Amino acid sequence: MDIFTQQLINGLVLGSIYALVALGYTMVYGILELINFAHGEVTMFGAMICLAVIGAITATGTDANGLLIVALGLSAAISVCTVLGFLIERVAYRPLRRAPRLAALITAIGMSIVLQNAAMLIWGKQYITFPPLLPLVRYDIGGAVITNLQIFIILLSCLLMAGLLVLIRKTRLGRAMRATAQAQDIAGLMGINVNTIISVTFVIGAALAAVAGVMVSAYYGLAHYFMGFMLGLKAFTAAVLGGIGNIAGAMLGGLLLGLIESFGAGYIGTLTGGFLGSHYQDVFAFFVLILVLVIRPSGLLGERVVERA
Amino acid sequence: MDKLRQRWNALRHDRHAAWAAALALAVLLMLLPFITGETLGRGWVRILDFTLLYIMLALGLNIVVGYAGLLDLGYIAFYAVGAYTYALLASPQFGLHLPFWALLPIGAGIAGIFGILLGAPTLRLRGDYLAIVTLGFGEIIRIFLNNLNAPVNITNGPQGINLIDPVSFGSFSLSETHTFFGVTFPGIYTYYYLFLLLALLVIFVSLRLQNSRIGRAWVAIREDEVAAEAMGINTRNIKLLAFAMGASFAGISGGLFAGFQGFISPESFNLFESIIVLCMIVLGGMGNIGGVILGAVLLTVFPEALRYIGDLQHYLFGRVLVDAADLRMLLFGLALVLIMIFRPAGLVPSVRRRHEFGSDASVLAQEQASLYDARR
Repeated sequence: MDIFTQQLINGLVLGSIYALVALGYTMVYGILELINFAHGEVTMFGAMICLAVIGAITATGTDANGLLIVALGLSAAISVCTVLGFLIERVAYRPLRRAPRLAALITAIGMSIVLQNAAMLIWGKQYITFPPLLPLVRYDIGGAVITNLQIFIILLSCLLMAGLLVLIRKTRLGRAMRATAQAQDIAGLMGINVNTIISVTFVIGAALAAVAGVMVSAYYGLAHYFMGFMLGLKAFTAAVLGGIGNIAGAMLGGLLLGLIESFGAGYIGTLTGGFLGSHYQDVFAFFVLILVLVIRPSGLLGERVVERA
Repeated sequence: MDKLRQRWNALRHDRHAAWAAALALAVLLMLLPFITGETLGRGWVRILDFTLLYIMLALGLNIVVGYAGLLDLGYIAFYAVGAYTYALLASPQFGLHLPFWALLPIGAGIAGIFGILLGAPTLRLRGDYLAIVTLGFGEIIRIFLNNLNAPVNITNGPQGINLIDPVSFGSFSLSETHTFFGVTFPGIYTYYYLFLLLALLVIFVSLRLQNSRIGRAWVAIREDEVAAEAMGINTRNIKLLAFAMGASFAGISGGLFAGFQGFISPESFNLFESIIVLCMIVLGGMGNIGGVILGAVLLTVFPEALRYIGDLQHYLFGRVLVDAADLRMLLFGLALVLIMIFRPAGLVPSVRRRHEFGSDASVLAQEQASLYDARR
């Protein structure tokens, strides 16, 4: 029973990180119908910037509170990533807005390669470790262990997601975003500045990605220039699982994918009688994805999209 | 200037000129390994061989993505299936050493079956949902190849399979150096001619498919699946055929890759490779065979040419500022972005696409889309 609780906790932590990144994919997709492949790299930049700032501060030898240093790193990561998200849209996607969708997909891939290698040039190829600044407290619940960091990750992502939902459902800006997603040209006719809305969408997505990146590096204690690739892939999978373009779907898909992965890793050995080990956890996740999509071709919460001519 | 253009147009429609150009091209292709080998070195002949492999691979993906419009992000899995089929049947791994003429069709067939395995459950999926499922499929294949060394050792896991038999016809092995009429042909040269022959075959098949009944059915499905079905096209079979055909092309090139390299490991078949092959066809001009070939050549040769950045820096600044290997991929990504921004339909778009993205085509497409919405 304690394995079950432990995997549940791990899955929730992983899932809430996936959900934060998946939101960026799904918001952009909802408005531009574009897979923003560079989004995973924005997450990586978030982690790297945070670590660079933390490293610079600790190098001065101050005895400031660890929490304060991490908070400074986090805010630096958010500000840099929002600028990055804005620039990515401006440089790589805006010129192609009326072009065939595959062309935009290729620039997205190109952007992703550029960012990845830029990070490699700046911070090198080695793994960067997250310094032990945060006081780690372990709580014991029913034989499973949960740390204060895990609780914090889950709470913060819930808070951010709730905030995003309120922003999109209740505010004027959110209404403009929904209108743009529904019909860009009509939204423009109604006096919405479509370009601004699209930029705002990228900026919000990038900010969430920055937070997620910092969470990942703090949780695993590591950051690497290549970390954005797999993370982005998983998050995109989560977004599709929930129904891409659907905000609540991305949250559900992220949590679900996190749970599937951690339960898959925990139980796949026993399920197959030891034939398949825990290194098949990715197979498990993709297999569930394929299964869900075969049964529900537009994701769990996705609307049925009518094919356009 | 006008006169020149007139001359050019006259030349284009001249039969004799066309024959002469074809002959010149044939001679050039025959001599290419020797020219390259003499001027740039043997390493570049190897790159030529890989270029031909990638042309075959890209033309296979072109059937799935370019003709039938099914976005496939896991295409490299079929390449892997072909390569592993060849490797397992012609290496000390199982002690099997099948002849080459049997290996290639078996590889193509098994890859084709995998294509149908992927295609069958995903028939209802469209666009990006299909893309993510194919991506997942590719990853699943790679992970299995990586881990199938225990409890029963099939693929030898991450170490890969070594000592694969080279391509050989009877006792004539392509990996050895041969001499004909006093001219020496090193292994990579003879491989070049084999790959060239097979690439030409693949080009020929692609050309014949393009305007065949099947090819037109694929285009119809790409443009509007519902309308295609209403016109009496069996969309299920035709889509499965696209998957199987594209996959078998990849299976053939995978087998050649295994024989050529003599060693394969799961690392050669990661998602990035799928993406690069997709970039080749989109960059060159999707659905257009000439464009796809150009894309494959550019994306194979360009990253290799970028290795000379170190020398260039040395020449310009007197020392190497940034390591060439590190800068290479950055420039590669930048090139992808720039080419797409300036040529969104690819470098050499197909005729149909050129019509679609003509001067006021975007306006027209918008109007048509909104008309369609209104009718719905």
